[in-house]
Amino acid sequence: MFDKSRRRFVHGPATSAPISRRRFVQGVATTAAAAAGVRLAGAGALAALGAPSTLRAAPADDGGRVLHGPEIDLSIAELPINLTGVRRVATAVNGGVPGPLLRWREGDDVVVRVTNRLSAPTSIHWHGVIVPADMDGVPGVSFKGIAPGETFAYRFRAKQSGTYWYHSHSRFQEQIGLYGPLLITPRNGERHAADREHVILLSDWTDIDPEHLYRTLKVRSGYFNFGRRTVSDFVSDARARGLSNTLSERRMWGEMRMDPTDLADVSAYAYTFLMNGVTPSGNWTGLFERGERVRLRIINGSSMTYFDVRIPGLKMSVVAADGQDVEPVSVDEFRIGAAEVYDVIVEPKEERAYAIFAQSVDRSGYAVGTLAPKSGMKAEVPSLDARPLLTMTDMAMGMEGAAPAALHSPIVDSIAAQPESRLDDPGVGLRDDDRRALTYADLHTIGGPLDSREPGREIVLHLTGHMARFVWSFDGQKFSEAEPLRFRHGERLTLVLVNDSMMLHPIHLHGMWGEIYTPEGQFLARKHTITVQPGQRLAYRVTADALGTWAFHCHLLYHMEAGMFREVIVEDAS
Amino acid sequence: MSAATSAVLVAAALASSAAPPQPMGPMSPRAMADMMQMDDARPFATLSFDQLEARDTHSGTAAVWDLEGWYGGDYNKVRLRSEGERLDGVTSDASVELLWDCIVARWWSLQLGARHDLGDGPGRTWAALGIEGTAPYGIATQATVYIGEEGRTSARLKLEYDLYLTQRWILQPKVELNVYSSADPERRLGAGLSDAEIGIRMRYEFRREFAPYVGLDWLRLAGSTSELRRAVGSSASDLQFVAGLKFWF
Repeated sequence: MFDKSRRRFVHGPATSAPISRRRFVQGVATTAAAAAGVRLAGAGALAALGAPSTLRAAPADDGGRVLHGPEIDLSIAELPINLTGVRRVATAVNGGVPGPLLRWREGDDVVVRVTNRLSAPTSIHWHGVIVPADMDGVPGVSFKGIAPGETFAYRFRAKQSGTYWYHSHSRFQEQIGLYGPLLITPRNGERHAADREHVILLSDWTDIDPEHLYRTLKVRSGYFNFGRRTVSDFVSDARARGLSNTLSERRMWGEMRMDPTDLADVSAYAYTFLMNGVTPSGNWTGLFERGERVRLRIINGSSMTYFDVRIPGLKMSVVAADGQDVEPVSVDEFRIGAAEVYDVIVEPKEERAYAIFAQSVDRSGYAVGTLAPKSGMKAEVPSLDARPLLTMTDMAMGMEGAAPAALHSPIVDSIAAQPESRLDDPGVGLRDDDRRALTYADLHTIGGPLDSREPGREIVLHLTGHMARFVWSFDGQKFSEAEPLRFRHGERLTLVLVNDSMMLHPIHLHGMWGEIYTPEGQFLARKHTITVQPGQRLAYRVTADALGTWAFHCHLLYHMEAGMFREVIVEDAS
Repeated sequence: MSAATSAVLVAAALASSAAPPQPMGPMSPRAMADMMQMDDARPFATLSFDQLEARDTHSGTAAVWDLEGWYGGDYNKVRLRSEGERLDGVTSDASVELLWDCIVARWWSLQLGARHDLGDGPGRTWAALGIEGTAPYGIATQATVYIGEEGRTSARLKLEYDLYLTQRWILQPKVELNVYSSADPERRLGAGLSDAEIGIRMRYEFRREFAPYVGLDWLRLAGSTSELRRAVGSSASDLQFVAGLKFWF
């Protein structure tokens, strides 16, 4: 799944040539050989035998980038890296970005020994994997972190199956390379048959020191927005929609002092988007044979980026969300937030290359790779869509009277007065095109909820922030100002998230699943990371079956660091 | 799955969970934040030269600056502001302000501090009380009242706006008004509105933090200030060509 040429690429020599803008976005060109992926020995046989011995990797040489459990040793160290023509230092797992693919089997008693060869403390969190509280890998919450030179042994049983990932939970290490894919093979074989599979991990690389990037956001939050509305936009809007309509629309945004182009805090101005660690010009390629059913396990391992993913010419059948099998749903496109995971099956019928195109939500850049019958092929890369604007829907406009008093805070810049459930809304930029985009209403996790009890209580949390001041919070309180949330051990409760801000937030509760329900009480899907759109009110149910202290946060890394984080304590009722 | 079955399953799952409830034991929030390396309250600092320019004035080419910096967290900051003009190597008119800045509303902060005036005439020191923030339509606003020695009071209003012609060409209109309660002939200031300055600057952001500009600045000396300054050769109205650099760290 990962090839040696990419490793050479990672270690590639620095160049002294000046970097053009194009080169920055596209990355340094390299000849990336194709990944054959894992060819599955007959889906029927697999389902029947259900053992990983029925998988044969082709080619067998995976360059050490796939590690099979249950016992695995990982080493975290600095790695010189050159993705854009500039030499930088990544924090890497076993000498690569992303880290190796870890493969476990459902039911394995896993031991992962992680050695820290950095000069700073580190950690690894197993994202979406249900583990005991002291194995969850959040320094200060689950354990002390892994000190420089120290080895920490994670030990737990892999009780689930599916596509997951792992990443550092220490400061900004995740931004500069400390992440990798994780695959737990189901004991009884895959439910959705496929002939071949590829893991596709999307991420956002920056040459900017993440500490400096964070400081830039705190000092000038709009720094990375190069999609502002200009005078000529005004003129063309006035021509298209009339002057008075345009003026009143501008007046509305002006009075709110908000910007409808605020789609992403960090754009391709700072980011080079990667597919399996490869830049767009590197053209990561996954192979297929015509007529095969190819399963793509797509993980968004980025720090700040929402991607809209599509493969022009192919329908994608979504078969799993966040590692959990769903009723297959056929789409042209899906939006994937930081830390979300979707497995799709595609059936390329033609002997040609297909582009796997993942454009950022602000349309400032993209990650792209190729699905092809043989290496060296490249499909036409679609052009970026026009940059969308936030709308009235995203604002959930109305009177703000009903909001809790705590939200009337100088660190909260907007309150959604009339938030709506909108589970069938694909989101800003995906509403008006002719492509069928996935929504949460399309997801139906097979087998129903884990716990069908009615929730005993409801906790409402507002997702709040101040864009200009770059302060992010729950209920208008930053992590440092807030008390932990307390769940009673064993209870079933509803978490209602109301997004008062104008940004998308992928919210992740550690240690426990979130089960999304419609407002009518119909179960939809089980997820570990749940995107709440601007102006949306989204309810999901949680069974507090995991004693201990857990992290609960927005998975946009700089939002989390800026305060959008809470401790959750699951304790006995007494 | 019935509710009863699922309750049994949950109970079984709970019974089998042997996780330590508080793996870390009791811990102060400070210690925890340190271990997490997650500090949402840490202070930052920045210094911005909004204007550093040459002005083609009546009396020759003047060097003019307008800068603002701050140090602090999300709620409280120490703010430094300075503006002024140097002509022929001599500071003709300048002020420096040091303010405590506390956010009090969604778009506004309250400021309290001191201002010192330098340049021609005796120095003056003022206590300062003001607001700074973003008015509707994104108009950056500073309004400050000053209380000086001998019962003098004064006020200063500054407004500016960024109009994006493209993502890098930005047109910035700016207005500044100064008002004095009583005349200060030693500093050639009359009572009432002393001066109004209306500028327009077009900058090109090579980087967000580095933007050269050119512009026009119309300086109008009002009433008695105009008369006091006519004596030293200033005209009541001066349209000045400016060229400079906006930069920040």
